[in-house]
Amino acid sequence: MNGQLPLLLRPVERLGDGALSIVESLGRFGGFLGQAIGIMLTPPFKWRAFVDRINYIGFRSLLIILLTGAFTGMVLGLQLYLTLSRFGSEAFLGPAVALALIRELGPVLAALMVTGRAGSALTAELGIMRITEQIDALTVMALNPLRYLVVPSLLAGLVSFPLMTALFDTVGIFGGYLVGVKLLGLSEGTYFGEMQTFVHMDDIMMGFWKSALFGVVVTWVATYKGFNVGHGAEGVARATTQSVVLASVLILVWDYFLGSVLP
Amino acid sequence: MIKVEGLTKAFRGQPVLRGVNLEIPTGSITVIIGRSGGGKSVFLKHLIGLLRPDAGHVIVDEQDVTALHGRALDQVRQRYGVVFQGGALFDSLTCAENVAFPLREKLGLPRAETVRRVDAALAQVSLEGAAGKYPAEISGGMRKRVAIARALVIEPQIIFFDEPTTGLDPILVNTIHRLILELHSRHHFTALIVSHEIPEIFEIADSVAMLADGRIIETGPPAAIQASRNPVVQKFIRGEPE
Ligand SMILES: Nc1ncnc2c1ncn2[C@@H]1O[C@H](COP(=O)(O)OP(=O)(O)OP(=O)(O)O)[C@@H](O)[C@H]1O
Ligand SMILES: [Mg+2]
Repeated sequence: MNGQLPLLLRPVERLGDGALSIVESLGRFGGFLGQAIGIMLTPPFKWRAFVDRINYIGFRSLLIILLTGAFTGMVLGLQLYLTLSRFGSEAFLGPAVALALIRELGPVLAALMVTGRAGSALTAELGIMRITEQIDALTVMALNPLRYLVVPSLLAGLVSFPLMTALFDTVGIFGGYLVGVKLLGLSEGTYFGEMQTFVHMDDIMMGFWKSALFGVVVTWVATYKGFNVGHGAEGVARATTQSVVLASVLILVWDYFLGSVLP
Repeated sequence: MIKVEGLTKAFRGQPVLRGVNLEIPTGSITVIIGRSGGGKSVFLKHLIGLLRPDAGHVIVDEQDVTALHGRALDQVRQRYGVVFQGGALFDSLTCAENVAFPLREKLGLPRAETVRRVDAALAQVSLEGAAGKYPAEISGGMRKRVAIARALVIEPQIIFFDEPTTGLDPILVNTIHRLILELHSRHHFTALIVSHEIPEIFEIADSVAMLADGRIIETGPPAAIQASRNPVVQKFIRGEPE
């Protein structure tokens, strides 16, 4: 085939091949989720693996969520106070901190933190299971590896990301309170009172949908990369890096997209 | 009966199998021998449906597994027991849990029955003491034996063993061989064993097939293989360096 094309057309052919292979791998990526959802809808459901994954993705990320949430809130409290006080509107510190956290920073930062902690570990674990033939062992036992390894992770992501985001938001709001009220002398009533006035259910739902979607995206990318790992330790290392980078980029892209589509 | 016809496979242009033909009669123990890197594991993976051939067929009791997918392929695999060359134990489970896994997940046996069978299976490979240990905490040979116990515990109709005894001491090699024979006389499973244990493996084989250059170059009962006139076979079983 290659030899028959005139020299001038070869770069075009290569471009076409490149585009085809991108479309193909996108298809595989989508097909992977489709298959997993198909299995999700057919019993039996592996409760033990699900609880284990909740622990792995959610519970063990608690400390990092608490830490980053608190400091994000404190930074927001400080910076927004300085900005707002220039317009004489520091009374709105409470809603400003809360809205920034609930609509944007909570879902995004929590998701990025969990990607770094649990997404990478998930890819590495599945990658090692792949290269040591543990996934093949499940397959030849006529047990579907997606049912045991992927579905529980996807559902655990779906459940635990919103919960961790809620925690991140709450801790962040108290971080802002610590700086704004305790340190900079805003009144407690103003901080929380204005928050109640200006934060609506829509904002909270937006944060919820974002985090639920991020939970699926992160575990989807992590399990896909783990399942399709290359050869040896280097393959696992590369898959882990790719998983974190791809998940992080997708989080930010989807964040923008959802921010412009949702109310 | 398992019938392999013209099985061909290349990896990135590099041919590994060049038309393998082999018949494995039901209830017999067939042993595959051949040089390291000769494609024995690749051949085995075609029979269990993990690799798809470029050409050729694998027919298990009238069904062409190379054409099967999803549930239909799983139906065939229900009857399989497989020991991978590297053991492929689940490293997040203890040895006992590894052996219990297929019993619980495939057969759905009650707890007491599972425990009883797991204990018996581990005892058969002299590993009573390792039940609570994780695969990372035991030796390579012990891992192999746990993998054998995990494959045999569900009493499969067809077993595929990829070098089940490589890395075991001579006493254990014979223990495992005797275990396979004993279970075979009880359950009459069909067995395909890849092995480098020459000549010990000849004692349990019904037939031996030698894989070289991507083809089966000789097949027959152990005595015939040992008496073969083919210089490649002779050199291999005598272990003569090139
Ligand atoms: N997934 C793969 N991708 C590319 N090449 C492969 C793959 N699997 C096996 N090969 C190649 O196929 C050839 C046969 O490998 P195989 O593992 O079947 O050898 P073997 O006969 O089992 O050897 P041993 O006795 O050492 O286990 C090797 O040259 C190997 O490099
Ligand atoms: Mg091999």
